[in-house]
Amino acid sequence: MRPVELNFAIRGSDFINAGEASSNMKKALSRLGLNPSVVKRAAIAMYEAELNAMIHGGGGQARVQIFSDQVLITISDEGPGIPDVGLAMQEGWSTAPDLAREMGFGAGMGLPNIKKNADEMKIETEIGQGTTLTILIRFA
Amino acid sequence: MKLNACAQLLDAQVLVPADNMSMEIRVACGADLMSDVMAFACSSNEMMLTGLINPQAIRTAEMMDVKVVVFVRGKLPDQSMLDLAKDRSICVMTTQLPMFTACGLLYGAGIMGKGE
Repeated sequence: MRPVELNFAIRGSDFINAGEASSNMKKALSRLGLNPSVVKRAAIAMYEAELNAMIHGGGGQARVQIFSDQVLITISDEGPGIPDVGLAMQEGWSTAPDLAREMGFGAGMGLPNIKKNADEMKIETEIGQGTTLTILIRFA
Repeated sequence: MKLNACAQLLDAQVLVPADNMSMEIRVACGADLMSDVMAFACSSNEMMLTGLINPQAIRTAEMMDVKVVVFVRGKLPDQSMLDLAKDRSICVMTTQLPMFTACGLLYGAGIMGKGE
């Protein structure tokens, strides 16, 4: 069976509409009648990643592929890249601008929280080229 | 504790009512940092108290399956936030009380925090 695929654009520095892609993905998973805790893990992981692309990546793309037993979420941007992934994975480490902090984010919890909620997570990043984050959530 | 009793206790103004104002509220969290709500808050929060007044407070509530957002310190969300909350079936209220006092009153009335 072919996966259901959803694609969304993420606009840079758009604190008003950020989260809309994750909201749509959450609705799509909920409609499948999945365990709410699985849906919530996917929603939190994607929302954190969507915010990262909006705040750090200057915007980007979200692709959601829903399979019968898992959802694969790919968030990509063409931003500055992550110079030190190890540091970025540390809780509390943040390079978020003041605006992000004023909006309630930028506590340095994003990537660690994605890892916590995902069954698998992969970061591909290149300085000056951008970052692609892949998140896998299994349904059971 | 029933939601309408929570509103009364906080002397809160209900801006977006819940479909069921008699719903039971058992677990709540209070934070101005949405990063912390998503990273540390209990998985079964039914109510979130915050002084953060922007659409991402509603978005965070949506992702976390929070059913009620209480804005403290008299913060008033704009119409776009209220429309978003209504669309997501999230109850919104506002109280003049500061965060500490609002949380204390609810805790004293039996509403629990994370892991309790």
